Amino acid sequence: MSDATLPPADELAQRFARIYEREPILEVRGLGKQFATAGGSVQALRDVSFKVHRRELVCVIGPSGCGKSTLIRILAGLETLSSGQVLVDGKPVSGPGRDRGMVFQGYSLFPWLTVKRNVMFGPEMSGHPHNVAEGMARQWLELVGLSDFADAYPHQLSGGMRQRVAIARALVNEPRILLMDEPFGALDAQTRAKMQTHLLDIWKNLDVTVLFITHDLDEAIYLADRILVLKAHPGEVQEIVEVPVPRPRSPAQFSSEAFRATRAHIEALIHPPVVHHTMPDEEAAAPSTMIRFTAVDDNVE
Amino acid sequence: MKARNIASFLLPLLVWCLVSYVPFIWHPKVQVQEPGAVDYFQPGMLIDRADFEREAADMAQQQLALPTGLPANPIYLPAPHQVAKALYTAFAAVPEQKDAPRLHQSLWHSIQIILWGFLLSSAIGVPLGIVCGTYRNVGRLSEPFIEFFRYLPAPAFGALAVAVLGIYDGPKIAIIVIGTLFQQVLIIANTTRKLEITLLEAARTLGTRGVRLITRVVLPGILPDLYRDQRILLGWAWTYLIVAELIGTSSGITFFITQQARYQHFENVYAAMLIIGVIGFGSDVLLARLGQWLFPWDRTQERT
Repeated sequence: MSDATLPPADELAQRFARIYEREPILEVRGLGKQFATAGGSVQALRDVSFKVHRRELVCVIGPSGCGKSTLIRILAGLETLSSGQVLVDGKPVSGPGRDRGMVFQGYSLFPWLTVKRNVMFGPEMSGHPHNVAEGMARQWLELVGLSDFADAYPHQLSGGMRQRVAIARALVNEPRILLMDEPFGALDAQTRAKMQTHLLDIWKNLDVTVLFITHDLDEAIYLADRILVLKAHPGEVQEIVEVPVPRPRSPAQFSSEAFRATRAHIEALIHPPVVHHTMPDEEAAAPSTMIRFTAVDDNVE
Repeated sequence: MKARNIASFLLPLLVWCLVSYVPFIWHPKVQVQEPGAVDYFQPGMLIDRADFEREAADMAQQQLALPTGLPANPIYLPAPHQVAKALYTAFAAVPEQKDAPRLHQSLWHSIQIILWGFLLSSAIGVPLGIVCGTYRNVGRLSEPFIEFFRYLPAPAFGALAVAVLGIYDGPKIAIIVIGTLFQQVLIIANTTRKLEITLLEAARTLGTRGVRLITRVVLPGILPDLYRDQRILLGWAWTYLIVAELIGTSSGITFFITQQARYQHFENVYAAMLIIGVIGFGSDVLLARLGQWLFPWDRTQERT
């Protein structure tokens, strides 16, 4: 671990000290969520507490069923919480609000509105006159590089472009925090890499705080200052990992020592060596011996 | 229109022409030309072929004058040219009975009944359907009863409608409303429920609340599907028209058809039926085109 690419410990400590000096934008205290189901109540989240500081980029990662989507939906106000508190700028939130922008995984643009009118939707809802809203939309479309597509309909755009519009539409409201629920999950690998770099560019140049849900470890390490690792059944905070990879980030860092060390560390958290699952998951459900449907001597390996 | 679309209309027409103009296909009757010595035959009379041949054989045996005739179809199947002539007469020529309603007058009356019935039904059904589909509680409160009510056949309300609304157009419009409205609420509620939930959630995170969720998200979101539903329901309303027009004083196209059938003017009956078809189909094609123009973002419109 004495590799030269690993940043010195004190430099790292200073970087995070600077982040923690900033005021917290989002504060989650003892958040719990119970769902009532036919088989009784299910604890989806238990005692989740963390803070996100101004201009910080925090990723949330965890195995499927850990409640990361439930968490972000509660933060957005789309779902109620069972216990605990969510504070934005120190004030408790209830219901959705303009202070928390949200980017969904897909199909969230209004198909009946052009790209420009989609971005204008938020300002119009907050009572800005048409021409003001239009000006704001143009400005934000330029920021995400889609000025040429202002009059196109969402169905005419590629998946990556649609998500850029969704980001512009959320940011035009100037939210205190941008909540992103696996926004690049449905994109192909190449487009996803481009979008990650693009998001970092936006984040760098704006006064915006980001909470980003993903199931992709590389994505989380590439983007985040800190990574909130959740574990499943019930969803609890397992660890909050400070990402040691220095900024500015670039795809070249994927092979750096710091990156690989962080990856290994989180990998071990998510998939512990000894597995005792109380609930059946995909691996347990897979048959141990596969029935063969081809001719006996027709081997591909 | 593509060649196949035209062919799908030409094919039945071809069959009709074959049956009408090729004498050895079907033609179960004989139209008498010269009655000969058969005392009850008259020129122009339609006789079953077997009867005609028996009489002809009788006359031949008695060495009397033979009747002559041409193969013919029954009176209820007029040839295409007769229907075409009836169509022309219906619109252009002066009618034989001066006081009887002309075809276009009957038709216009029917169209008015349909439009009023459909407008009234939509004025209640569309908003109610959207509200039922948006708010689960309203849906649960109203839909079971509507579900029950829609099984009561609309014609069964005929006598009641006449008692309440008189014998003229009131009960007819009421039948179309009863026949359409209940289906309409359920269909539109269902369409509303199928709206992508993420769109509503996205709108809420952008600061949309209350009534504006309906006017700015639900309504534009379901509009293409709502439009398609309305097109189907309009066709539905046409089927109730025939029942509606028989209630109270018969009127409109149904009165025209029954009246003409009573006088065995079947070419007029066919002409009227043809026009109903043309109006129904034509208006649907037009509405479909209009839909493509109105909803450029909705690619499913192109497929209908």
